[in-house]
Amino acid sequence: MCGIAGLYTKNDALRSQLGEHLARMLGQLSFRGPDSAGVAFYRDPAPDGWCKISLHSAAAAPDWTGLGVELVGVFADAALTGVRATHAVFVVAADAEPVQSWLAQAHPELTLMSAGATIEIYKEAGPPADFVQRFALDQITGSHALGHTRMATESRVTTEHSHPFSTGLDLCLVHNGSLSNHNRLRRSLRREGIRIQTDNDSEVAAGYLTWRLRQGATLEQALEGCLDDLDGFYTFAVGTADGFAVLRDPIACKPAVMAETDEWVAMASEYRAIAVLPGAQDAVTWEPEPGRVYSWGTALVA
Amino acid sequence: MATPEVTPLPALDFDLRSDSVRELNSRLHAVQSVGRVGRVGSVGSVGGVGSVGSVGQVGGVGGVGRVRIANPEGRHAIAVGLDAAYDVEIDGHVGYYCAGMNQHATVRVHGNCGVGVAENMMSGSVIVEGSASQAAGATARGGLLVIHGDASARCAISLKGADVVVRGSIGHMGAFMAQKGCLVVCGDAGEALGDSLYEARLYVRGAVAGLGADCVRKEMRPEHHEQLLGLLAQAEIDVDPAEFSRYGSARQLYNFTVDNVGVY
Repeated sequence: MCGIAGLYTKNDALRSQLGEHLARMLGQLSFRGPDSAGVAFYRDPAPDGWCKISLHSAAAAPDWTGLGVELVGVFADAALTGVRATHAVFVVAADAEPVQSWLAQAHPELTLMSAGATIEIYKEAGPPADFVQRFALDQITGSHALGHTRMATESRVTTEHSHPFSTGLDLCLVHNGSLSNHNRLRRSLRREGIRIQTDNDSEVAAGYLTWRLRQGATLEQALEGCLDDLDGFYTFAVGTADGFAVLRDPIACKPAVMAETDEWVAMASEYRAIAVLPGAQDAVTWEPEPGRVYSWGTALVA
Repeated sequence: MATPEVTPLPALDFDLRSDSVRELNSRLHAVQSVGRVGRVGSVGSVGGVGSVGSVGQVGGVGGVGRVRIANPEGRHAIAVGLDAAYDVEIDGHVGYYCAGMNQHATVRVHGNCGVGVAENMMSGSVIVEGSASQAAGATARGGLLVIHGDASARCAISLKGADVVVRGSIGHMGAFMAQKGCLVVCGDAGEALGDSLYEARLYVRGAVAGLGADCVRKEMRPEHHEQLLGLLAQAEIDVDPAEFSRYGSARQLYNFTVDNVGVY
């Protein structure tokens, strides 16, 4: 069992409270996933020609400022935009690809959490309530966000095994469920050159989406491909630069509720995580049908 | 013989922003009926709440205890395990297992329900003004569940004698392995309706996306028309029974077919 949540805002007032609302949603889902928690926020786009990267360090006192200086030396320009607990976010005046390659070589001790123009991923093992506090989630603003609380069934409880998983530039995936063909799929994805860091089943689903998108599929086509190629149970929420998408497996063992008002669109594993949002009682509320891709924003246009 | 002393059920108000679900349920569990459904005024009933006559009929000697529950906000297990003729009104959306194992009480939800509303209900009635999530009325043995919106997958799964009436449509695998009782769907039914069905009766007004293994369409005879008319009246849904089709078990899975021995 895990808990997932997604929140997409439709006005500026709510954007300034995005973290506060997502934190409350995660609080309601902590019983579904007491092991670990994670979030992806879409906020503060990097300037044109720059990329934004989120990094995790296991070190007690990582030298983020030093890394910033190194980045400025290697690339045209760079800046450290924020540090939250074990994570830091940088913007770099370069494409994401060379920055990722340089980091992998020069700093193998760091874990790349996300890359893109707007996405920031924070995740950590431990109780969701601690996570919300340590990362000061209620301070984070943005246009939309995804969250996850994890109860591990398939693999270890570590930061790297936590959700969301990056699936490419400005893309990420959170998953409630379990996949049974992930070992075979991981092997074939690795042969295709997809980098998969852990033995986690959900990371394979993220890798699958990355692979399909790389082949030229739209996000909608990639998600529909899951229905044929993934064996197991899943409710997925996929974040994009412009919105998010939701897919449930055809058997629909894992729950999902969605709701919409004039101010926001939300999805969650359980309604109680939506009930904490303003105006939830009068929201249009429904259960997404199995095997059908839902999306908000221009999530599927890209 | 003296009439046994009867304590009237109290009228109670709860606000789940301040009262916990545990407090709510414990308070309601403090009153329990005596005897079992259908056994009126069993010997030794002292201070009972008043017995209940036939299944689904509330009232009785002790009167009806009115319970109002505000701000459910999707909390789970609200008003489960009731065993008295309470008349419960819940103002808002509820989480999982609302009114599960209900006996005697009438529970009305002014909102939507999460997974497993009225699961294993024994008697009484549960009315949902909105829609219900998966496994509504699962394994329910008696009583009436009415859903005025839609119900999603596995509605009335393993039904064991209760009646489930849905004004809207239901998702896939409705009435899976249902043994006894009725499922009435005024809208459409999803894939694999009535898979591995036993003796439950299914009435569907709209389209059926697909029938499950051993489920077949059957003739609507006068007794079915009459039964359906009664269920719709109880559910207070004004729809013409003539517009429904009946589905039931072909009873081909009840016994092992010896011709298939080589398959195993």
